[in-house]
Amino acid sequence: MSEPVINGVPVAGMAGGDVPVADVAARPAVSPVLDQAAEQVGEHAVVKSVAADRGPLVLEAVGLDKVFKLGRGQVLHAVRNVSFGLYKGAVVALVGESGSGKSTVAKLLAGQERPSGGKAMLDGEPIDIHSGRAFRRYKNQVQYVFQDPFGSLNPVHTVGYHLTRPIKLHQPGNKDVSGTVTALLEQVSLTPADQFVGKYPHELSGGQRQRVSFARALAAKPAVLLADEPVSMLDVSIRLEMLNLLDDLRTRLSLALLYITHDIASARYFADEVLVMYGGQIVERGPAEEVTQRPAHPYTQLLIASAPDPDNLGSVLKSANVGSAKRAGNVGPATAGCPFSNRCPLADDKCKRENPALQLLAPERAAACWHLEAATSLYADGTR
Amino acid sequence: MSPILEIRDLSVAYRTPDGDVRAVEQVNLTLNAGEVVGLCGESGSGKSTLAYGATRLLRPPAVVTGGSVLYGGRRITQGGDPADLLAMDQRELRAMRWREVAIVFQSAMNALNPVLRIQDQLLDAVQAHLKLSRHDAREKVASLLDLVGIPRTRLRSYPHELSGGMRQRVMIAMALAADPEVVIMDEPTTALDVVVQRDILSQVVELKETLGFAIMFITHDLSLLLELADRIAVMYAGRLMETGSSRDIMRDAAHPYTMGLLNSFPALHGPRRTLAGIPGSPPDLRNPKPGCPFVPRCPHARPACAEVDMSLAPVSGSAGAGVPGVVSHLTACPFVTPQMSQEGQASQEGVLS
Repeated sequence: MSEPVINGVPVAGMAGGDVPVADVAARPAVSPVLDQAAEQVGEHAVVKSVAADRGPLVLEAVGLDKVFKLGRGQVLHAVRNVSFGLYKGAVVALVGESGSGKSTVAKLLAGQERPSGGKAMLDGEPIDIHSGRAFRRYKNQVQYVFQDPFGSLNPVHTVGYHLTRPIKLHQPGNKDVSGTVTALLEQVSLTPADQFVGKYPHELSGGQRQRVSFARALAAKPAVLLADEPVSMLDVSIRLEMLNLLDDLRTRLSLALLYITHDIASARYFADEVLVMYGGQIVERGPAEEVTQRPAHPYTQLLIASAPDPDNLGSVLKSANVGSAKRAGNVGPATAGCPFSNRCPLADDKCKRENPALQLLAPERAAACWHLEAATSLYADGTR
Repeated sequence: MSPILEIRDLSVAYRTPDGDVRAVEQVNLTLNAGEVVGLCGESGSGKSTLAYGATRLLRPPAVVTGGSVLYGGRRITQGGDPADLLAMDQRELRAMRWREVAIVFQSAMNALNPVLRIQDQLLDAVQAHLKLSRHDAREKVASLLDLVGIPRTRLRSYPHELSGGMRQRVMIAMALAADPEVVIMDEPTTALDVVVQRDILSQVVELKETLGFAIMFITHDLSLLLELADRIAVMYAGRLMETGSSRDIMRDAAHPYTMGLLNSFPALHGPRRTLAGIPGSPPDLRNPKPGCPFVPRCPHARPACAEVDMSLAPVSGSAGAGVPGVVSHLTACPFVTPQMSQEGQASQEGVLS
């Protein structure tokens, strides 16, 4: 699924979800300046990331902001004040529905989009997209894996070509290119490698294609891998193999991994830290196990209640006790106040007026909600 | 419950220069009135081919090579014997489609015409299959949108002006246009995120309860079916591997492939475990080997597997085994019992650090 484009500008807030396009465009025009003023409710609490236990900080998002101009003075605030770190050997999962801004965050980190505010820092240095050489060095360190293995490989080129190019580009001194290609294919378990080098994308299964995408990203010997829904286009039975491969790669190569997904169960499966995004903001973050077992924010609760739960036999989707948030129906995130306020069962006037900042629940855990206590007890009641 | 749709020994092949690809092999599947039957399997397992073959929607090079599909809806049979869909002529088929058996196609983005308004596409379906005056047809279309919770103001929208979830709802509304007895849903929510997915599915279940149609739900996501379906059929390489109630499949999966599928999705609750998935890839259907097609990927494979005849037999010890008329739990694997299957999986699992 590709991001929709309006006037040549990708509009992250509209991708696929239940946000009707016309409604987004019909929202009242808000100038970015005014909008930011309205946001200044309080500083986000500083959260200690559990991912930091794995290794040193590599890539950091500092107060990232992205505003897309929709034309006719209308704007879409796709990402608001997003801060987090990626650490060597650790997996951070960014979870949210289509249109929540998670892919935009990855694009900002990859340097594909320029932030409207805030910055991305690699090893303490801000990204310099202006200088070609510095940007290439950055790309060398930060690589991207795309969602769609059917769209991200060029159908007229072989697997070998897809891997040779980044090696030549990012490892100019490398004399043994074909040996490196073989090693890369072996790294992603495409063996025997010489059988795959000459193949074209259409000769491969979806899982094999995605392995080629992983190998291509690894060809630059990156420190950071940004994986944007790397398994959501694959069959359920193949997904797990892919996740296990990713997990294995980050351990062996000490990669800092950003795993973007809408499947919170898979985030629990292998992420250290989970960040939940809604309406362009991080609404909850913390250790994966904590966030999935004791979700604090009403949106996280809805997300978890919505995931298919085989243990819930016979419930047949009728149990809407927990996550009694209004049907996603036809509403997108609210434009004023808390973005979840128009769907939240706990929302009151304050929620509709003021956007809550992240508040600490524990040193490693935070959520942005005015009614955290009520939300927590509601969830506890609902699950019993 | 009486069967509304009964697929008997259906086989479908794709004719290719390199020989037939036997996409569906002697599949038996029964759909009772008002029931939700889930059909689950990997890409290429033949689940969509089965559904389209049974409804005569396949074109050459796909050929139905054998079997029958009996439809028992009252409007067609008038109380007599069920009618065979595979023996119908074009006129009879026309009366069947939409009015009796409707389909929600997988990709709403491709199934809706991008240059026609929603209203006109719905009107097309309504006017082709129901005898209504112009005014009544328009009213019918509007009420269809009400049914799936889309405001009537959207009638004049084009598909691109709707979100993915709304487009999928339009597809569902369209399938329900002529009040069918059977609705086949082919991965209706695969491209949607979980919150929207649950929304749409709970709406589908509600509609099923009020309108009383039966659903054949096709998906690769077994975890979803366990919650949604009354009965589940697991398909692999064109054959049914196991059928049973959701409870049978969840608690006492008997076939190693089903067990592998169950072990392919991370759980949200309970202990965090390393999961194995199903190593390997599906077989090449052009050169089918005799016996069980799952052998190369099966942890319980043994020499005798090459001679298995792949017919479904009751799982030993299952409730209702051998009792005629009782929905029973059937498996194609004569060697593995639910207990063995679970032990085999347990030894492959570890606990995540």
